[in-house]
Amino acid sequence: MLELALNARRGSFHLEVECRLTSDWTVIFGHSGAGKSTLLRLLAGLDRNARGETAQGRVTLDGSILTDTARGVWSRPGRRRTSLVAQQPSLFPHLSVEANVAYGLAGLDRVIRANRVAEMLELVDATDLVSRRPQDLSGGQAQRVAMARALAPGPSLLLLDEPFSALDGTASDALVDRLQVWLRANGVQTVLATHDATDAFSTGAEVALLREGRLVAVGPAAEVLLDERERIAHRLMTP
Amino acid sequence: MDWQALALTLRLATATTAILLAIAVPLAALLVLGRGRWLAAVEALAALPLVLPPTVLGFFLLVLLGPRTAIGRGITGLLGHPLAFSFSGLVVGSVIYSLPFAVQPLVAGFAAVESSLVDAARLLGASSSRVVFSLLVPLARRSLVAAAVLSFLHTVGEFGVVLMLGGDIPGATRTLSIVLYNQVENFDYAAANRTAAILLGLSVVALAAIYLTGQIRGGRRA
Repeated sequence: MLELALNARRGSFHLEVECRLTSDWTVIFGHSGAGKSTLLRLLAGLDRNARGETAQGRVTLDGSILTDTARGVWSRPGRRRTSLVAQQPSLFPHLSVEANVAYGLAGLDRVIRANRVAEMLELVDATDLVSRRPQDLSGGQAQRVAMARALAPGPSLLLLDEPFSALDGTASDALVDRLQVWLRANGVQTVLATHDATDAFSTGAEVALLREGRLVAVGPAAEVLLDERERIAHRLMTP
Repeated sequence: MDWQALALTLRLATATTAILLAIAVPLAALLVLGRGRWLAAVEALAALPLVLPPTVLGFFLLVLLGPRTAIGRGITGLLGHPLAFSFSGLVVGSVIYSLPFAVQPLVAGFAAVESSLVDAARLLGASSSRVVFSLLVPLARRSLVAAAVLSFLHTVGEFGVVLMLGGDIPGATRTLSIVLYNQVENFDYAAANRTAAILLGLSVVALAAIYLTGQIRGGRRA
């Protein structure tokens, strides 16, 4: 279970979010500029206070405190059992696909590491890419590898920031279906940020609606995204 | 040809470059990855030798490392000899004098690495040193070569700091630049030409190495 109460400023943008996410697959839905990426980065522990920026609040995952600024707690990324996959795969360009996926497995026995890499690449259907370099991959292949890399260390929380944008619809659906089964089986809570309402409807997830930095509703997609459903239906029916 | 001076110069430049890279890589990484206003002061301090006249820097070091200061006396007690007018003293002076020539290319190279890659590494549990050595250094290889070559060349051509801090002791502090100065002072232009040609040759070869590295890497971003 993910509990968060965050208050952050990024220049003129103000994010204020407080909620408890209990579903194993939650969609944060919001249009561009709503604060989805900012929220995910704060959850991942990537953004701390800097000039012109402030972030305060508390984040707990399954009872463990990840962030509690009032008590001066801010766990480093990598110590939060949290992975983030963004729209840009950000694969390490000087490393092979295999080395990219193995990057977060430092310290493990070589055989265990190799097995884990193989398992993750199989999960995202990228086994044949193992020795390729990131620059030799298509956008969709790179996103699959980024997903395998993020899952390899065995996170408890997976944050997805529109990571399926480079995959075509069928491939994306198949990957999401396979991922959902694997994530549920491995007890990984997932938060997917998207501006595409079909992602929210198709995954049947709990939806948190983010608007201009505020969380305005949390619940089933059919309820929270009623307006969006009508807008999509209107668009489909309009010649 | 003063082979002893050439060997000493190359030894000085090699030692200085090795020490500088060991200092400059973590320092540049700190300046790029770190946060806090105090970093601006560190950056300014690291760039100070760029604007400080070499003779002034040499004079300060001469005083600092001499027997009149506690630091100088401490070092003399530790090493058994004063740093001033010794090869070790020249290395210390050269490291300080050439520091910006090692730090600045590395800062530029590290800053050019996409921050999303650094974020990805951190999310995967990489420590700061792993981020530097598994990510920044390999992706900024060309900047590392540039930093090494510039540090080496700057040390080879150093004059003011060397003369102030080391004087002109054959085999200990007499570098090629000092030899060239002596040859000109003695109106021995033929020998001065040869010495200058060697210094020029070293510069051309080293600079060619930088550009060749860039070409081999297919002009990829440092």
